Amino acid sequence: MEDKKITSALGSGGKSTNDFVKDIICKHFGNNILENLGDAAYLDMKGELSFTTDSFVVEPEFFPGGDIGKLSVYGTCNDLSVSGAKPKFLSFSLIIPEGYKFSDIEKIVESAGAAAKEAGVQIVCGDTKVISASGLKSPLVNTAGIGVVRKKLNDYSKIKAGDKIILTSDIARHGMCIISKREGLNIESKIESDCADLNPLFEVSDYKGINFARDATRGGVAAVLNEISDKTDLGFLVDEAQIPLRDDVKYLCEFLGFDPLSVANEGAALLIVDSASASQILDKVKSVKVGENAALIGEVCSEKKVMLKTPIGGIRNVEMPVGELLPRIC
Amino acid sequence: MKLITDFRNSELSLRLIRKIEDESVSECNYSIMEVCGTHTVSIFKYGIRSVLPENVELISGPGCPVCVTSQGEIDAIFRIVNNNDISLLTFGDLMKVTGSNGENLIDLRSEGKDIRVLLSPLDAVKTAAREPDRQFVFVGIGFETTAPAIASALLEAKKMGISNFSILPYCKTMPEVLGCLLDDPKLDIKGFLCPGHVSVVTGKKIFQPLAQRGRAAVITGFEPLDILSSLLHIIRQVNSGDYCVYNNYSRVVDNAGNEKAVQIMNTVFKPSPAFWRGLGELDGSGLGLKEEFSAFNSLEKFNVKVPRINEKKGCRCGDVLKGYIRPNLCPLYGKQCTPENPVGPCMVSSEGACAAYYKFN
Repeated sequence: MEDKKITSALGSGGKSTNDFVKDIICKHFGNNILENLGDAAYLDMKGELSFTTDSFVVEPEFFPGGDIGKLSVYGTCNDLSVSGAKPKFLSFSLIIPEGYKFSDIEKIVESAGAAAKEAGVQIVCGDTKVISASGLKSPLVNTAGIGVVRKKLNDYSKIKAGDKIILTSDIARHGMCIISKREGLNIESKIESDCADLNPLFEVSDYKGINFARDATRGGVAAVLNEISDKTDLGFLVDEAQIPLRDDVKYLCEFLGFDPLSVANEGAALLIVDSASASQILDKVKSVKVGENAALIGEVCSEKKVMLKTPIGGIRNVEMPVGELLPRIC
Repeated sequence: MKLITDFRNSELSLRLIRKIEDESVSECNYSIMEVCGTHTVSIFKYGIRSVLPENVELISGPGCPVCVTSQGEIDAIFRIVNNNDISLLTFGDLMKVTGSNGENLIDLRSEGKDIRVLLSPLDAVKTAAREPDRQFVFVGIGFETTAPAIASALLEAKKMGISNFSILPYCKTMPEVLGCLLDDPKLDIKGFLCPGHVSVVTGKKIFQPLAQRGRAAVITGFEPLDILSSLLHIIRQVNSGDYCVYNNYSRVVDNAGNEKAVQIMNTVFKPSPAFWRGLGELDGSGLGLKEEFSAFNSLEKFNVKVPRINEKKGCRCGDVLKGYIRPNLCPLYGKQCTPENPVGPCMVSSEGACAAYYKFN
């Protein structure tokens, strides 16, 4: 069974597809909404809803700390959580290259199912397609997620000068983990992805005093701060010495010439909070596992620039990251 | 010793900054040049200019290997990729450099060309050995830091009898360009932050002419304490008029350099003329392949000559590289030339002065 490969029959809607859905999808995602196996799911929800979608193309699809399945579930839930919504239901669609190992697909689905259980969400609909050998080496995943709004955390007008910035985790682990596993670079490293569910941060703090939130995925902390500065007339002053960063991650960034602020994360968020309640919120955030390395890293200022205070007391700009991160020469 | 954290110590940095303030003579203008792309970035990254007194001026010189590669050399890469079914192996920085037709290697990769980023030239040889049916071309750019690794790769390829591997011999060396900067009447440089990693290979001797010609020369590492303490050394040399080459990166650099690395370089390479963007042709400043390694020269293998191309109109990369002007004084800077749409290599390379200025300023 280890060597069984995915064929185009699996995506063609007949017996193969049905068997796959029953034996693999329902086994790992099992819930009564999904198991009805209708063309659409019926959801009984009250209150204002939040809706998001995402696609996942990560290579390699299995990496230290996770895989594309876990990443898809947490990534989608996190978009809802940082928007102030409690994630409830997800869709999960797979596009699989013909010839891919069946056992690997099952691992991915199992991982996604475990993540959904951990996050307290149900995967209620989805799709599976197989495409013929097209250069695609590993599966792609598309998701959509629905949550119930608890407090709107996407409103730029709620951010004011003097607000403090909490970074909920050490940074750059996911991006450096993926880069170190990319074929051709031959880097030995024990860095694992920080892929995690961010909802506990909001459950524990009950959204009190949090004016705005965003997770620092592609483009890292630098992208988030620049996006916010762009949409408001405000800026940020961040203290580099306060940014939580693991030594091994720092050294790999230095070696390759990457700025940790521009590297992707999958388990880190920026919370913009009322100055008066900042230390209280920080304590609450640090009391949950996903926030144990959180730190107060700076504040919102009225000058429309994203600035960093360096360890020697110098000040420099933090620009929006541009394009692909490429390792330096010497 | 924590080799990064300890050298970013804020208390020690503040003490050095205070000493720089105390010991710099107000009537003297200390113009100090660095000739290493990583120094360019470090100086910006730590905001070093923002903590120095006004009369200590840091100038960026020709230290970025991508930036000094001529447009003709870049176009030759594109000619080989476009006209042959080869796999191109390159350092990451080169991916965004544009050819004269406006395309870069990322564009070519998205059009289906096999272009791969590597960290080490030795990986290039391993890749060629693993795929004997494909022709591999490695873009051999760099200074003395990288040249020994490229030379080792060629020695390995020769030993293995590999015939599907060749390099574009674009390495350059420092001594001639330093001489050129000293000869330039427009520049009044009092001291040099000497490149830390080049020095690992060459040792102190290539910087002796700087001291002999009345300039301070301090071999420098890349952390804030390295740079600040080197600046203090330079200020002291200028104040006393006693010039020497000082190794301020002794935890990494041996005064004698790495003889084995130099020997490997000299087995494979010979001094050749090279064209430096912004500086023109400098005799003996390039590393050409010795006759016995000519089979590994991609230019010969694919019958491509490096054309002499004029700079793009308005582009002042050359003046930025020589330290004549700050990046923001180039007419294209921030307008037609940005990191997303770079015109010249100083904006393309992550260690180019213009890119660093744009990113951090």
